[in-house]
Order: sequence, then structure tokens, then C-alpha cells
Amino acid sequence: MKYDHILIRYGELALKGRNRSDFEKKLKENIQFTIREHPSCKVRRTYGRMMIELNEEKPDPVMEKLRHIFGISSFSLAMKAENEIEAIKEAALQAFLQHEGKKGTFKVSARRSYKPFPVRSQDLNQYIGGHILRNTDEVTVDVHHPDVEVVVEVREQGTYITCGRMAGSGGLPVGTAGKVTLMLSGGIDSPVAGYLAMKRGAELEAVHFHSPPYTNERARKKVEDLTKILTSFGGRIRLHVVPFTELQKAIHANIPSNYAMTIMRRMMLRITEKIADIQNAKAIVNGESLGQVASQTLESMHTINEVTNMPILRPLITMDKQEVVEVAEKIGTYSTSVLPYEDCCTIFLPSDSVTKPRRDKAARFEEAFDFEPFIEETVKKVETLNIGSEEESADQQMDDLL
Amino acid sequence: MVYLDNSATTKPWQEVLHAYQEAASSYFGNPSSLHKPGVEAEMLLNKARESVASLLKTKAEEIVFTSGGTEGNNLAIKGTALEHRNRGRHLITTTVEHPSVKEAFSQLEAFGFEVTYVSVDREGRVRPEDIEKEVRNDTTLVSVIHVNNEIGTIQPIQEIGERLKKFPKLYFHTDHVQGAAHVPLDLHAAKVDLCTISGHKFHGVKGTGVLFLKEGTVLSPLFHGGTQEQTYRAGTENVPGITAMAKALRISRQRLATEEQRLCQLKDYLIHRLQEMEGAEVNTPDQGAAPHIVNVSFPGLKPEVIIQELTKRDFHLSTKSACSSKLKEPSAVVEAAGLGPARAESAIRASFSFDTAEEEITELLEIFHEIIPEMKKVMGAER
Repeated sequence: MKYDHILIRYGELALKGRNRSDFEKKLKENIQFTIREHPSCKVRRTYGRMMIELNEEKPDPVMEKLRHIFGISSFSLAMKAENEIEAIKEAALQAFLQHEGKKGTFKVSARRSYKPFPVRSQDLNQYIGGHILRNTDEVTVDVHHPDVEVVVEVREQGTYITCGRMAGSGGLPVGTAGKVTLMLSGGIDSPVAGYLAMKRGAELEAVHFHSPPYTNERARKKVEDLTKILTSFGGRIRLHVVPFTELQKAIHANIPSNYAMTIMRRMMLRITEKIADIQNAKAIVNGESLGQVASQTLESMHTINEVTNMPILRPLITMDKQEVVEVAEKIGTYSTSVLPYEDCCTIFLPSDSVTKPRRDKAARFEEAFDFEPFIEETVKKVETLNIGSEEESADQQMDDLL
Repeated sequence: MVYLDNSATTKPWQEVLHAYQEAASSYFGNPSSLHKPGVEAEMLLNKARESVASLLKTKAEEIVFTSGGTEGNNLAIKGTALEHRNRGRHLITTTVEHPSVKEAFSQLEAFGFEVTYVSVDREGRVRPEDIEKEVRNDTTLVSVIHVNNEIGTIQPIQEIGERLKKFPKLYFHTDHVQGAAHVPLDLHAAKVDLCTISGHKFHGVKGTGVLFLKEGTVLSPLFHGGTQEQTYRAGTENVPGITAMAKALRISRQRLATEEQRLCQLKDYLIHRLQEMEGAEVNTPDQGAAPHIVNVSFPGLKPEVIIQELTKRDFHLSTKSACSSKLKEPSAVVEAAGLGPARAESAIRASFSFDTAEEEITELLEIFHEIIPEMKKVMGAER
């Protein structure tokens, strides 16, 4: 007998009324997408739990992927037994023996959700505990602080036995909070901002500003790679690559250099808002942190924010650089983010940017030139990549060679 | 054609050549270039690296692509010795190494390093305790071949690795070229720091190889230039060759899983038949040898003549290591195993691949039975 299921638990807080089924449906979808390379695994919803039938798949790679999925509070390997006392005793013993780690003390916590089962929970604890004690050495029962808790749940379709649990990523399933557009630069901050937005259930539409020939293929590839890493936390992400060169040139030619950066940001925001409208996204997420660079002073944010009334979410607003780096390392974006390619923010960056720009001045400078046609044209030329599916076919071509 | 010189090189598999060709034409960019073809070539290179790493159960960062076994061995040995020369100049190896290891150590001796050559038993096997005994405070590197290329003996790499664990400043290298396809080594369990593999020994193309460099291992490079392969091996990566190698390694591992048993039976069959044959002395040990190498001596006969006679009949075998077979010297490995000069001078090696069939071995034995007595008469072996 061996562990043949993974039992997945999720928090109850967000689950009220109709939310619950949306939440569960989305979580199931996200799990299925994330473990799609293990096609024999079957995901099922059961009474406030998710259950994966492994069907001979090795559990470790599947569990590694589960650790990243938002909306899961914890999960455990589980062994399924027939609803029959001898079978349950034996499965519990096997589960205990195959569980890793110290085996000094244990307790059995049995629960009988399936009431027609003839043995009461209290008696189950005793029978199973006794069976484990008789068949092991140097193991004792400790009901207060056991090293291993053998959890036995009798349900209608069978009894599940688990020992120990692994922590999930928490948060809400991606997609349950609606859509946001993430301004993804390729730096360290914006992927972390995207990750944190996903953690609260947001589905991402990533927007990247690309200025060929000033920014090169590798810079773009880097952003595609970052987007791909973010998909491992739940679902496909569309990446909208904005051809920004013409607009940047126009800013460069028409705006005093100390306001060029501010105006550029305003343009980016206008374009992002338009993409958000097209994609039916309800907010913009970026990687700004208060006071980190010239464009992230309160005055700058105030001036730049003037051009949109869509909510701008800034998950990193109060974080130090070091804290952001720590998250970036944890989620695996750091080493890609630090690859040294120019992006559109550094390429035309004037050395004399104001740190305290004013709304009225910015607006006046913008009047010097009719930017609207540029913006319209740029939005038309946005290229949309389906990261996590189109990418996969190119991937597949390469995999075939290996 | 019956090709039984697979320890010298293997015939590239068709699907491997196809992958080579496709990679060479569709992913021709320089992986270090900034443009799209460069980025795509780099992606393929990274995927090949990940694939090789997962087959070897290592991390991708621990894989350095080289041009093959000779480069891998030289880089591992000289690179480690030179990098740590201020800490010590004593090195340990065995008397049964491949020329690319032996010669690298010779050169280091000329540079003023001291090398201890640990001897082997009659099966060509080194005793782990003999290695451990030689370790000194100034020893920086131990290098032991995994599967002997001439007689197929498997060395107790894991046991050596475990004993060397007591000397944390010491690096442990193994030449895994003959083992990669047929006797996989768990590098982390064997506590190996450096390990050499060559692509053309498992149906890849020539000019490809891997040096496994355990995380935290530092080396002095042999080639200087760009920053490719973490600067340990400057020079534009051979993307098509590496792709082909990754594919060949994957297929090899799959075939090993299903055919190891068959190869072992084939080897035992050849060994037993040869043991029964008059005038033949088998040099490959019965136990603890790779499933694809059989070495046999016909004392009194010149092996070149036998090889000539066989090749005329379209059977292709070799004398010893291909890298030294053009030198008319006795087999250093058979000699080091103490099997005597007569056997060392007359050794012949048959090495199989996954494609070797039983009929081929049966036919080979028939030819031996036909030509060996004939030759003995002519060459007057019964002195």
C-alpha cells in the first residue's frame, strides 16, 4: 500500500455564499493547468477539499508545483482505504510507516463524516492507535504534542489517511478577483508586484514597453521569460508588447529634458489604461515603491497619476529594496531580472529629471504637441503574446530536438 | 559490417543526426548574440543543458559543455591543480587511467607537481583504502576512472568518494566517459566534485562533452576569452553538437533501462565462450565490470594481425584504447593489473553498443575459432 492521493485544503475566509463555487471552480482549473504535465492526475472537488488522484504519477513533482498555487492553505499525501475497519487499520499503519521524519510519538485523529460507518470516531482512534503500537517499535502515543498526527477521515466514498501537512502559498486562486494590467518592465520590482497581485486572486494582463532598435530582442525575451515564471503561480498570462519607439522619440524632441521622464510615464499610463479597457481589466498594477527613484516620489506619482482615474495598485509601495529582492529570489524572477539589457526607461533617461514635477507644468508641456494620434497608433500596433500556450509550441519544437 | 569498437566511438543514431542537422540550420545563431537568432540558439542551449542536468541528476549550473573527454579530463585535472596550487601540489590518480588523464598528470609533474599513482589488483581495480592512505595535507585532487576503457572494470567510485569526504578541501574527479551510457553514476551519492562525459561514446557526434562541476567548485580555465560556460570554457558553444548529445544521452538512458540485462548476457556469453577457448585469456573480470567491454588476450599472437584479419571479414575490433592503439606498446592496463607481458602484448577489445546482436557475437566466436589456431601455426606461438 502506498500514498495514492494528495488532499488539498484551502482557507475558509473568502468563502461566502456564491463565492465558494467560483473560488473552487477557479482553484480546480488552476491546479489542472499547473499540473498539466502529469496527465494521469485527476483533480476532484469534495466537501470543502480538493483531491488529486495520483494514478501512478510520482507525488514529489506534483507537490512541488502545488506549493506555488495561490488559494491553497496546505496539502498532504493521502492513502485511501475501503470503509472497513481492518483495511483502515492497515492503511493507517502503512501511512505512518511511510511518513518521513521522526516517529517518536503520535496520535490518531479520526473523524467520521460518513455517519452510517458503524465505528465511532473515539473508538476508531483507539483501534487504529493500538494497531500502530502493536506493529512498531519505540513508538508511543502523545495526544498533546505528537511528532506525527495520523488524520483519518471516513467519508462516503472511502477513508483517507494523512500524516503531516505541507504549507501552501495561501492567498486567493488567481482569477477570483478579476483582471488587472501589470506594467512589467523587466526589472526586479514589477514581477514581484505582479506576483503579489496574483496572490490576492488577480488575473494578469502584462504590458511591456519595447523600443526597438534601442531596446533589443534579449530585453524582450527577458520579459517573456519573467511572464512565464509568473504563469507558474496560476494560469496563462497575456503579454502585450507596446512598440514605444515613435512616442519616445516624439517626447524626446518636444519636451524639456527634465520633464521627459514624467511625460513618458504619463504616456505609458494612458496606453496601459487603453489596453486595460480593451481587456476588461479594472486596475493597473506597477512596481513602484515610495521614494525609490525620481519617478516614485509622492510628487511624481501625483503628477503621473493625473492622466487616469483607474485604480493604480502598488503592492510594493512600502517595501525596501532588500525586501523586494528577497521575494524576487523566492519566486525565481531575480536571476532573470538582473540580466543587463537596456529597457525603455533607461534608454532615453535624461540626467536632469525633476524629482518634484507639477501637474500643471506637465499638462502645459504636453500641449506643445498632439500626442493623441501617437497613442492611438501605438495601441493599434500592440503585439499580444499568449505566454503559457503559444510559447509552449516553440518550446515543443525545441524539446523534440532533445 | 559488424562494428564492435564502441568504446572507441559509436555510430551516431539517425534521430541524433536529425536533431544535429535541424539545430545547425534552424538555430544557427551565436548564443551570445543579442539578436533573435542568438536568443533562440541560447534558448535551445539552455534547454539542452537542463535536459542533460536532469538525466545526470545535477543542477543545470553544474554542467559545463566541452569538446569531449580529453578536454573534460584536462580541464578538470589541470584546472583544479593550477587553481589550488598555493594550497598544495600533491595529486593522486591510478595506474589504469585513460591517456588524457595520464598525460595531463605527466604535464603537471613537469610543472613541479607531485603525483602518486595508486596501483590496482589483478582485475584492474583500485582499493579505496589504498587511495585514502596516500592522502596528505597538501593533496588537492584525486582522479579515478569510473569504467576502465580497456578491460571494463568498474572502480568503487562511491566508496572512494565516501572515504574522501573526510578531507573536505580535496577535490574528487572521475573520468566517466565509458560509464555514462552503460553504468550510470549517482554523482551526488558518490561525492564526486568533477566528472567527465563524452558525447560520441553514446551515439552523439564527436566534439561534444560535459564536465560536471559540483556547485562551489572553482577551476582555472584552459581557454581564455568570452564568458561562455561560466568562463570555465570560453568559446562559442557547439549548439548543434550539444543538442545532439542531449538527445543521445536521453535515448541511451531509455535503452539502458530496457536492455541492460540483454547486454550483460551477451557479455557473459562472449566471456564464457572465450574462457573455454584454447590459447585465449580473458582480461575482463567476471564480476564488477561494465556490460559492454570484453578484453581478451591471445598470448604469442600480435593483436594487430588479428584485427587485420577480422577487419578483412568486416568485423571491426580494436587493440586497446583508440587514443593509443597506433603505438605498438603493450596494453598499460593489462600490464598494470599484473597479468604479465604476454597478455599485455596481445590484448584485443570487443566493445558493444545497444545495437549489438547475439548473432554478431556468435559469428565473431566462429571466426576466432577459425583464425586463431591457423595463426598460431604460422606465428609459432607454442614456444
